[in-house]
Amino acid sequence: MSNALLKVTNLKKAYGAIQAVGGVSFEVMPGEIFGVIGPNGSGKTTMFNSVLGQITPDAGSIELKGRNITGLSPLELSRRGVGRTFQTLQVFGKMTVRDNLIVAAQEHKGTMLSRMFAPGDSGLGNKADALIDQFRIRHVADSLAGTLSYGQQKLVDIAMAFMAEPDLVLLDEPCAGVNPSLVGGISSLLKELNRNPKFGRQSSFVVIEHNMDFVMDLCHRIMVMVEGRVMAIGTPAEIRGNKQVLDAYLGN
Amino acid sequence: MNAISNRKFAAVFALLAALLMLAAPQYLKNYGVYLLTYWLIFIIATMGLNLTIGYAGQKSLGHAAFFGIGAYTVAIMMKAGISFWLGVPAAALLCFVIGLILGFPALRVQAIYLAFATLGFNTAVWLVMRNEEWLTGGTFGINNIARPVLFGYSLEGNRPYYYFVLAVTLILAALLWGLLRSPWGKAFMALRDNPIRAESLGVDIRNYTLLSFAIGAVYAGVAGALFASLVQFIEPAPFAVGASIMMYLMVVVGGAGYFFGPVIGAAVGVVLPEWLRDVPGVSNWYLPLFGASVVLLMIWLPDGLLSIPDRLKAKRAARVASVARTAAAGKVGAAP
Repeated sequence: MSNALLKVTNLKKAYGAIQAVGGVSFEVMPGEIFGVIGPNGSGKTTMFNSVLGQITPDAGSIELKGRNITGLSPLELSRRGVGRTFQTLQVFGKMTVRDNLIVAAQEHKGTMLSRMFAPGDSGLGNKADALIDQFRIRHVADSLAGTLSYGQQKLVDIAMAFMAEPDLVLLDEPCAGVNPSLVGGISSLLKELNRNPKFGRQSSFVVIEHNMDFVMDLCHRIMVMVEGRVMAIGTPAEIRGNKQVLDAYLGN
Repeated sequence: MNAISNRKFAAVFALLAALLMLAAPQYLKNYGVYLLTYWLIFIIATMGLNLTIGYAGQKSLGHAAFFGIGAYTVAIMMKAGISFWLGVPAAALLCFVIGLILGFPALRVQAIYLAFATLGFNTAVWLVMRNEEWLTGGTFGINNIARPVLFGYSLEGNRPYYYFVLAVTLILAALLWGLLRSPWGKAFMALRDNPIRAESLGVDIRNYTLLSFAIGAVYAGVAGALFASLVQFIEPAPFAVGASIMMYLMVVVGGAGYFFGPVIGAAVGVVLPEWLRDVPGVSNWYLPLFGASVVLLMIWLPDGLLSIPDRLKAKRAARVASVARTAAAGKVGAAP
């Protein structure tokens, strides 16, 4: 085929005797929201970190828009249009929310030398303000990110991943620790960013999440991982109806 | 709004300070002018260290080594008959290169481990200064270091030299201000607050780490060059590990990551001990007194003296929020 945005082929990673990821293959299409579910220890995060250059896989290949990106560093991946969020909060605590967003994209503009003489907001002020409004965090835009509540920081954290107009964003448990009323908000924000991108290109997402309602509602296709392997890939309806998945993970 | 009032405060503070510094020598004796110059030189050195520690978050205990490299470079070159005006850029360049090299351990180790690595570097440099007599004069040092002549105008006297150092301080402060206001400033702070996230956003943490050391080292090197010409006699002692620790202390006491932190920190570290020594009745125990005040400061103000306005602001905000919460709690069904 394939006009896939992200193509992972036979990815393997072992820690000692434990095969954390044992030959995982999948494709993410342009504009797609691709969910990854599975019990704890099923290799989701190891797969994620291999794709994102945090760890080097033992075998397999990763392609972005047809180009091999296996083993590239997080820095190079960012420059090639891959954004991410982390399982835990990762904001710059002693910078304002607005500066958090600006620094999230400034390194994609110009060279180090030209940035030395660029204006403080790198010309990204309007874009940061637009995201601030979209994420409804205007009232805290000038506060230090570290002083915000957990939910607010989570929103900043997610917004940062979108500042540089990435083609692909990998979200590691965007709802972890977030109160139920905000989960719906995050879901509709992600749908907005995916469907109706205000800035430039359409984004595709890979989302790891344990909140089943969230995943089933948000994702176009879902991959179920169990013990380092792919058990099933399909639409939410297909996954819900898959007996094997029900037995192994979803239960009744 | 906070940012604007902060900026205004900074501008007014800087203007007042500059006027005061311009007028000060008229009211001071020779030693007072000398001490002020000494203070300015430590402001330059700790401005650089503040970039490395306060903005970029790299814990360095090797700063005095660069201060010494700058001082010895100028002293040795001037003894060889080379002009001070060539010596200063040479000192800056040498410190930049060595600073880059010292940055490499920081790519592998952080926090206290990095502090020890830089401390080892400082010790090694100090040993070279003490043992390589053919180059540095060893413990006898290098004496009769001349003060420069600027456009035919001698900077020999303490007063002219003071004004020269003041001008250099202002220029270097303006350059650092500009750098920190550019995207580089944000990149340094991102590196300090969360290097892993920064890298995932495209911040080249390797380059910024190395440059935070190298630029900080340049400031120390220029300060050292000015120092050599101020005291006119250098030997290894002022460049030992203890001096690095003292500079670190100055950055922390003033407020790491506050632009004017080094101004306050260097005053506490350089001027205050000198002044306490001259106060009758204090002169015998000024060192314990100094030590005790640092201990108290670290307990109550771990973010430094310049964090006081921020603390007051945070307290006020907390009070306002608490009043608002109490009021909201009175209304049934109000949002928390």
